[in-house]
Amino acid sequence: MVRAEYRPYFLLSPALISLALLLLAPVLFIFVYSFWLRAANGQDIPAFQFGNWITVGGDPFYWLALRETFKISAITTVICMLVGYPTAYFLARCRFNNKALLLFLLFLPFWISYIIRTFAWINVLGKSGFVNSVLLGIGIIDKPLSLLYNDFSVIMGLVYFQLPYMIINVYVSLDGIDRNLESAARTLGCTAWQTFREVTLPLSLPGLGAGSLLCFVLAAGSFVTPRLLGGTDTLFFSQLIYEAIISQLDWPTGSVLSLMLLLSLGIIVAVYNRFMSLSDIYRSFAK
Amino acid sequence: MKFGDSKKYERLLEAYESGDIDRRSLLRIIGAAAAVVGVAGGPLGKLTKSAMAAAQSIRFDGWGGIVSEAFHNNAFPPYTEKTGVKVVEGEFGDTDEFLSLVKASQPGEYNVFLVSGVYDYFRFCQAGFASQINESNIPNLKNVLEPTLVAFRNESEGKLSAVPFDYGVTGLAYNRKYISDDEAKSKGVKLLWDEKYKGKMAGYDSFQTRPWMAALYLGQDPQDPSDIKAIWDACRKQRELVVKYWSSGQEFIDLFAKEEIVLSDGWSGRVASLQNSGQDIGFLSTVGFAWLEGLYVLKGSPMEEAEQLLNFCIEPKVAIAIAEGQFYPTSLDPTKVPMPDSVKKLPGYDDTGKFEGYVWEKAKFWYDHQDEFKKEWSRISKGG
Repeated sequence: MVRAEYRPYFLLSPALISLALLLLAPVLFIFVYSFWLRAANGQDIPAFQFGNWITVGGDPFYWLALRETFKISAITTVICMLVGYPTAYFLARCRFNNKALLLFLLFLPFWISYIIRTFAWINVLGKSGFVNSVLLGIGIIDKPLSLLYNDFSVIMGLVYFQLPYMIINVYVSLDGIDRNLESAARTLGCTAWQTFREVTLPLSLPGLGAGSLLCFVLAAGSFVTPRLLGGTDTLFFSQLIYEAIISQLDWPTGSVLSLMLLLSLGIIVAVYNRFMSLSDIYRSFAK
Repeated sequence: MKFGDSKKYERLLEAYESGDIDRRSLLRIIGAAAAVVGVAGGPLGKLTKSAMAAAQSIRFDGWGGIVSEAFHNNAFPPYTEKTGVKVVEGEFGDTDEFLSLVKASQPGEYNVFLVSGVYDYFRFCQAGFASQINESNIPNLKNVLEPTLVAFRNESEGKLSAVPFDYGVTGLAYNRKYISDDEAKSKGVKLLWDEKYKGKMAGYDSFQTRPWMAALYLGQDPQDPSDIKAIWDACRKQRELVVKYWSSGQEFIDLFAKEEIVLSDGWSGRVASLQNSGQDIGFLSTVGFAWLEGLYVLKGSPMEEAEQLLNFCIEPKVAIAIAEGQFYPTSLDPTKVPMPDSVKKLPGYDDTGKFEGYVWEKAKFWYDHQDEFKKEWSRISKGG
């Protein structure tokens, strides 16, 4: 029999053990690796030195890659906000009897492999793809547009993947708003737009915030989309990590790069928390 | 091996050889057996490993796409039928990725894989993953081209860790709708720096191929460059013209098939695959280099089963069927084993078996420069 004061720990133990094994232990391994040395034949030599950190930190190329990654991720997040909010608003406010069906449809594409869905964009954006064929067919353009293998196609692929995450976050937030507050605003003379601006939007901000944070973090860590849809000008940090570990067999440098991305994202989350408390976000889901 | 199983296999091959069944039918028949292998090689492969080991299994890893398909359809099911040893199949995107997997695994977890080029052969040996093949257990080795055996032996102190299986050529591939044979021949490698094709060309994302092409463009020896800085500068210059650096054969095929590009360096087998599907793709094999693929046995593998598999794969009927399937000529000696027209017509095929005029990679040069070149190319490919 577990004593009462230990019961919460006992009940939490599966989650704590899972976190320790699946998250903390790998990060710890990566951290230790970041101080190791690499021999010429690709073998790793246990050591404790800061050479890898100094090399990576002092190289402007890696900072440029980080900046480019965050730029693409930010654009993706803004597009997801602009496209996702109206969709979520419609889902929350429509009088369709079976909303569960709409939510089911929202996640239906997830039944298909992410890689296959990403490849599908090649058929949509390619020179002989759907968009160019339609535009050529109706005479708007006379030669195919270069829509593929550039930042544009990467952003499209990322938005496509992350939009459902944004929509569901905003939807949960909107659905939790007490409709009487909106009715009260209208009774007191607000127009529909004023009601949305003064009541609905502020109350749904935690959902929008949660969705934005999720989209940004997922985009910054993306690998498959930039690899398949990106071109020679696409610079994504995850590709550098992949190449350091897989192509160059340089696990110590790859570990430093992984931690650099992790720490940068951690700082962004901390700053985000400073201006928009994460506790508000958690609360919005608790409603 | 059971006598009955052997007979069944022989009858199947005889029927194929005599023309009673075509290759498609042969594949269909052995495809049924492949279902068993497919299940074993799925995501639960690791969980079933111990059970498979008890049932005598061996793991084989190869390139995906048509290459794996050729092995899957032509070699493994009849091998399993003949020997009772099941083949657990795996795929890798490139040899770097596979080397990382092997490095992180326990000895014996990975057994046989398709090694691409003597550089890869050499670095797996240098990394301590080499086994030593007992050549007397592979009687079909007598049919293998001597120069290919020498190429591998030279990199592993006279012993063999792999059996040469096929060879290919990296050359210049172009869409004849936009580039004529005459233009390709007259410009050669300079086509890859031709501003006229800006935004319509691609290249293999490789620390070997990119400086190799640049060295040829500058008139330098790719494997003894006089000015490596100029070579990297030429790579940077070419990057401005390239729309995509492809990293798999399937990606290369897709880029040409959808006409996203009209020009790229490419592999002979994948070009043949495009040509076979009706695409009018030309191939200039004189630009580039040749490479040798082999079936490499990793240290810690069940050697007897592995040698049986290797012997089976280089059995003339099987090796030719795979060559037809994957579009790369077999390493069997054409003076000892008659080759069908389907193999003779493959790009890069050498009917003499002497490989005169072929340029092969020097393993030690690439091994010695791999760290420097990989880092430099990784950076240049991303605009650094």
